[in-house]
Amino acid sequence: MTKKSLLLAAALLAAGAGTSAQAETLKFAFQGALNALDPYSLNETFTLSSLGNTYEGLTRRGADLSIEPALAESWEVLEPTRWRFHLRKGVKFHNGSDFTAEDVAFSVDRVRSEGSDLTTRVPADAKVEVVDDYTVDFVLASPNPILHYEWDTFYIMDKEWTTENDAVKVTSASDTTPNYAALHANGTGPFKISSHEAGVKTVYEKNDGWWDEAKHNLDTVEFTPIGSDATRVAALLSGELDMVYPIPVQDIKRINDNAGTVALTGPELRTIFLGMDQMRDELLYSDVKGKNPMKDARVRKAFYQAIDIEAIKKKVMRDLSTPSAIMISPFLFSKAGEFERYPYDTEAAKALLAEAGYPDGFSIGMDCPNDRYVNDEAICQAVAAMLARINVKVDLNAQPKAKYFAKILASGGYDTSFYLLGWTPGSLDSWNVLSNLMNCRDESGAGSPFNNGGFCDEKIDSLTKEILVENDPEKRDGMIAEAFKISHDNAYYIPLHQQGLAWGVADNVDLVQRADNQFKFRFVTKN
Amino acid sequence: MIGFAARRLLQAMIVMLVVALLAFTMFRFVGDPINQMVGIETSLEEREALRERLGLNDPIPVQFLRFITQAAQFDFGTSYQFRQPVSELFAKRIPATLELSFASALFALVVGIPMGIYAGLNRESAISKLFLSVSLIGISLPTFFIGILLIFLFSVTLQWLPSFGRGEVVQVGSWWTTGFLTLSGLKALILPSITLGLYQMTLIMRLIRAEMLEVIRTDYIKFARARGLPDRLVNFRHALKNTLVPVITITGLQLGAIIAFATITETVFQWPGMGLMFLQAVQNVDIPIMSAYLLLTAFLFVAINFIVDILYFFIDPRLRVGRP
Repeated sequence: MTKKSLLLAAALLAAGAGTSAQAETLKFAFQGALNALDPYSLNETFTLSSLGNTYEGLTRRGADLSIEPALAESWEVLEPTRWRFHLRKGVKFHNGSDFTAEDVAFSVDRVRSEGSDLTTRVPADAKVEVVDDYTVDFVLASPNPILHYEWDTFYIMDKEWTTENDAVKVTSASDTTPNYAALHANGTGPFKISSHEAGVKTVYEKNDGWWDEAKHNLDTVEFTPIGSDATRVAALLSGELDMVYPIPVQDIKRINDNAGTVALTGPELRTIFLGMDQMRDELLYSDVKGKNPMKDARVRKAFYQAIDIEAIKKKVMRDLSTPSAIMISPFLFSKAGEFERYPYDTEAAKALLAEAGYPDGFSIGMDCPNDRYVNDEAICQAVAAMLARINVKVDLNAQPKAKYFAKILASGGYDTSFYLLGWTPGSLDSWNVLSNLMNCRDESGAGSPFNNGGFCDEKIDSLTKEILVENDPEKRDGMIAEAFKISHDNAYYIPLHQQGLAWGVADNVDLVQRADNQFKFRFVTKN
Repeated sequence: MIGFAARRLLQAMIVMLVVALLAFTMFRFVGDPINQMVGIETSLEEREALRERLGLNDPIPVQFLRFITQAAQFDFGTSYQFRQPVSELFAKRIPATLELSFASALFALVVGIPMGIYAGLNRESAISKLFLSVSLIGISLPTFFIGILLIFLFSVTLQWLPSFGRGEVVQVGSWWTTGFLTLSGLKALILPSITLGLYQMTLIMRLIRAEMLEVIRTDYIKFARARGLPDRLVNFRHALKNTLVPVITITGLQLGAIIAFATITETVFQWPGMGLMFLQAVQNVDIPIMSAYLLLTAFLFVAINFIVDILYFFIDPRLRVGRP
């Protein structure tokens, strides 16, 4: 044996011993797949959550969802329409190139380009001015206090890398070949993607050159999508996986009873609610002809009071839900405590119906998804049974989400009389809820496209406009509360609950379950 | 011969065309693909623009013609979810499905044939009756239930075998990946193969048993015994050989079924093959993948039938007689 090969063998041995002693691998599964790696291809929680381990935004959100500096060290509002961001120095992308202001300007252009699914991350009329290598100004057309609220998922890409690999154009669904950025990733984050086969397996490796101090102790993370609930739970119970999510509510007990695994539960930001057609002069699916009973606030309140939310919580959700009185998670709105649900009272509901001219009730068709939210179809069945007690006969039409959304949204002509929907504001701010769900709209959906019931309250509309440009937080929250109060008083919507999150975790893994259902590897330690 | 083959070929093409039409029509009713492709906050204008770019606004006959023309050139378009060409995606998934199908067929034959022979030769024994009852379970229990049962027994309770995935795979050549070469890959094959092959195993076992019972009653077996040949020779050389003809036919046809209907097994075990990709595509209204899968399945069956027809032509002289 030559001296050289001896040295090599020794080095190999040392390397082998080194990795086996401390290499920590986290294996986890989610019900869906990670498809394209392009951070602007799909505005969907799991995709953005996964890519957030590799890419980073100017800001990020901490364990409690508070906004923290990330690629921007600090920022200030110079004047209401000019924001200045001071970028972090010495940050490198995974390919070794430096992070500078040019990359920010490039990313802003790209995220607003055709084919991107995240165009709203930066207002279309906002301009980016590069002051120097580490300072960027955003010049807005009108004041916007929540400009940076969604920037924790607006990931900054490397200009050189993207241009060199001919991936400036975002791969959209109509393209015949995916571009380089859809199959490879090059971010600044704590983990690099070392291999990715869409729908099969994705492997992440620790980024040793990360700018922040690593609190996690992982070297490798392996992600497998497992669609079947039973298999996902079995893989956790058998110890093959360290973490799986989501887990079905009926399996929580089983996972807790099993030695070595625990179910982590907590409220999610998503609000589940019922909406009613308040636009048409005659309901599409009802035996009431010539008029629309849902236009009458008394009928809507009767529906509201007929629903026994505690029974839904106990029987349907197995305690994994938090009844809600407003249309946004109480985590996200400081004055949420001022709201209280109308009490469950069948007699009062009957009286309201009689007063509105329907003492014998009526029939109404209800649309419901059966594979979108936690126990969605079961909730609808419970609501139908509760409404039967006030003589409202509900014809339930529960379908897979692909068919359900095609029917009840604008593309289906808002073909519904009564429906169940869930909403999480992407910006984690009330303005998103008001502008998407509560403003007036026309028949094609211009205005609030997801106000499927189509109610129209001028006061809420004007408040929404003011809230958008109000920079004073106290005043702003006051106006938001006012808008929500109008909705509550008129029962434009019937909020039901915040659905719960349920993750299955092995005992030797410590992690943070964020209420936005994002799983961040940087919070994980494994012993 | 050429006329016979041409007729069969023409029939096969008509079948494919009908399947294509059915597949194409069916997908009008599975839901709106646009909703699955974009986030919920995507504006209506952007949705409409995407719809236009994908050609979903063209008249139906135009869309169908485009679909057929491209499919004939093995171009199935780009997957809506993965944003990758469908033909490439299938090429990546085919090894997993074929290896699983092969292992299941092997299991069905290796276990089914001996059980069938035993049950055929010792029809009154207790073990034969046990085999028959077990085979009844194999035929009557749905696949996904057997799969989950096996997972809970061998993965969760005993922790012997993995509950999902292919284990470690090795790259062979430019596009084939195999699980046959690693220990974890072989272990991962066991449960899915049993789940997928159980039905075929029981089928083969019952077929062999019935054929055995039939053949043993024939004169030449009686004569063989009368000649004083040893039992082993009679049973395996003379009897078994003659039972195998229908078994081979059935096995060939069932192989097509195994490949095409691995969908459920692949879903339960998260086996990264074509069937799993198909089911995911159904959930996400990924029309290009769905249509490609259906066409591929139809093609498989049509091709197998065509080959069997041609083989019969050689085996059965009656088909060779010229027709007016």
